[in-house]
Amino acid sequence: MSDLPLVQADRAVPPPAATTATRGRGRRLRLLSGTDRVVITLMVLVPLLLVVALVWLPALATVALSGTNWDGIGPLADIDWVGLKNYDDVVNIYPPFGPAIQNNLLWLAALFVVATPFGMFLAVLLDKELRGGRFYQTALYLPVVLSLALIGFVWQLIYSRDQGLLNALLGTQTDWYGDPNVNIWAVLFAAGWRHVGYIMLLYLAGLKGVDPSLREAAAVDGSSEVSTFFRVVFPVLRPINIIVLVVTVIESLRAFDLVWVINKGRNGLELISALVTANVVGEASRIGFGSALATIMLVVSLVFITLYLFTVMREDRR
Amino acid sequence: MSRPRSQAEYLARLVPPSVAGLNRRSLLAGAAGAGALLGTGLLAGCGSDSDSGAGSKTVSVGSNASDPTPKDVLAKLASGFQSKSGVTVNINTVDHNTFQENINNYLQGKPDDVFTWFAGYRMRFFAAKGLAGDVSDVWGKLSGFSDAFKKASTGDDGKQYFVPASYYPWAVFYRKSVWQQRGYQVPKTLDEFNRLGAQMKKDGLNPIAFADKDGWPAMGTFDILNLRINGYQFHVDLMAGKEAWTSDKVKKVFDTWAGLLPLHQPDALGRTWQEAAQSLQQKKSGMYLLGLFVAQQFNENEQDDIDFFTFPEIDSTIGAKALDAPIDGYMMARKPKSEANAKKLLEYIGGVDAANVMVKGDPGTLVANSGGDTSGYTALKKKAAELVGSATEIAQFLDRDTRPDFASTVMIPALQQFIKDPKDISGLLTSIENQKKSIFTS
Repeated sequence: MSDLPLVQADRAVPPPAATTATRGRGRRLRLLSGTDRVVITLMVLVPLLLVVALVWLPALATVALSGTNWDGIGPLADIDWVGLKNYDDVVNIYPPFGPAIQNNLLWLAALFVVATPFGMFLAVLLDKELRGGRFYQTALYLPVVLSLALIGFVWQLIYSRDQGLLNALLGTQTDWYGDPNVNIWAVLFAAGWRHVGYIMLLYLAGLKGVDPSLREAAAVDGSSEVSTFFRVVFPVLRPINIIVLVVTVIESLRAFDLVWVINKGRNGLELISALVTANVVGEASRIGFGSALATIMLVVSLVFITLYLFTVMREDRR
Repeated sequence: MSRPRSQAEYLARLVPPSVAGLNRRSLLAGAAGAGALLGTGLLAGCGSDSDSGAGSKTVSVGSNASDPTPKDVLAKLASGFQSKSGVTVNINTVDHNTFQENINNYLQGKPDDVFTWFAGYRMRFFAAKGLAGDVSDVWGKLSGFSDAFKKASTGDDGKQYFVPASYYPWAVFYRKSVWQQRGYQVPKTLDEFNRLGAQMKKDGLNPIAFADKDGWPAMGTFDILNLRINGYQFHVDLMAGKEAWTSDKVKKVFDTWAGLLPLHQPDALGRTWQEAAQSLQQKKSGMYLLGLFVAQQFNENEQDDIDFFTFPEIDSTIGAKALDAPIDGYMMARKPKSEANAKKLLEYIGGVDAANVMVKGDPGTLVANSGGDTSGYTALKKKAAELVGSATEIAQFLDRDTRPDFASTVMIPALQQFIKDPKDISGLLTSIENQKKSIFTS
């Protein structure tokens, strides 16, 4: 019954009509011409094939490879099945794994607790149509246009211990990228710098769409700026909030470029994505081991995807 | 991971492969697609080509020489070979970093007849997997290579799989003017080395410039200490996974290193080798253990002010004659389209004419063949060539002498961990040994 939601047949036709098979077939013929059926079939099949071939098969292959010790050389028939050894190794004898999980969570928390509210705050300020608002808007959005790799280069110039701008200005000798107690925060600052602009733009778009009469009504009722925002505007922004939430989770899970550019995700900057790359890409070619790490990342992502789908579907039902 | 030879190359490798374009997955996909479409036709083509190999007039070279200077040198070599033999050389240049990352797929696909690669375990690994061609008969016609070079070109089965082209030694570099001004003497033993470091500290210098942000420079320090304390054969066995990292011998290397760490420039993990080299150039550091490529960070008029010595002796029964001097060169595909031409080309590359082309064309490296006319060398390069010539054994550097997966995923984080916290050596060594066992037995 793939055509059901498209034409909402259950409303167009009285319910009893659908109970017998012959009449049901006749009804469908009436509603959809042969061309329609071909088009619909194609529209379902082509994306389905693409998703299966480009998303599901590689994902399943990754899970399958995570049980092997393949090094990328030789025919597939030579692959040895090692069971859960890779997972055992990841958890028990691979020192970067613990810090990587920790850093991924830290990344999520920092973007969520600091960068996102700050981006929202800037959006509210810019929404006030300050003088030169467009200038600030452009300045704050600029980092989003740059690729994270480029941002990595830019911040290297600022953070370098011996030759960087920051140490020169402060007169300090802090090893911003080398000291594992400091570097994750230095990198998070750079990542947040970019994230703020992104969030700001999303909220700005949302705020422009808020019906001015709502604010007027709140003002007439004597509501203050702050309570108008939290009690009237913020709830209206619900769709934007969900988008921002999703964007933030995605950004923190796919965080990679910045740490890779800096030191390939080592020495305090471990991230699961960087560990996967370090093991799978290049001469190292520990494809089985890297796949185990990738599978773990898949599971972590699934937790968030499930939470998201659960929220969105509950939303729809309401 | 080889050491970058130029700033451009260094910058190129900062770009993650996903950004740089071609990556393993796209290559795999492409290879699978192309294989499915063309597989049979191409294979048939290969067969007939090798049959008529002696008569064909082309040979292809897969090259990682993507920087202007080495690229130019290879082009000159190709035209030199062409005018001598009448065989056309087709050069397929790939970005240096990409070439290295894709070597597995490249060799399993349809590699060029001859390709650029490195000596050491990296070469032996592919030879043992049957992905490289035996060039022992080419070696029969080559002259001008020391035994050390031949040893470095030999696979596990005793046959040669590699023709060396150029190399660069690792040593302790310093500025002559600084040493003259302060009256420092080249240390011959570890005690003298320590005393010199203490004196430099007193004089307000960083005794030893040090950087390990990129992960590989510290391997050089580990290598030289291991070579001086335990000797060349132990280095080879340890790298081959035959010796335990938890042994007292390895522990002694790290203990000695921990003793030297206070003499090293602090905060090494946030510094690139270029920045460390610049501290030497700016006379803020007294010496620097690095490859010859450190000279790139000095101005033209400062080149004569650079000097070096080989790392001093630690154990008198071992001596100080072994050193790291990674060799770059060429290998042959396992089934070249034209084996005769590929071997002819390798013979030419290993010969004196080619050596002369390389000496003239590339001021940044030393030429492996001693028959080359080296009158164009700077004093520094002459001395470097002498140092390597007098070496009893030449190691290829940690990441070229062991499995690449072990070097990059275990040793780099482990050495960084040691530099960060030099106290827990036995814990660190246990961790390395556990990971080594898992990797080498898989």
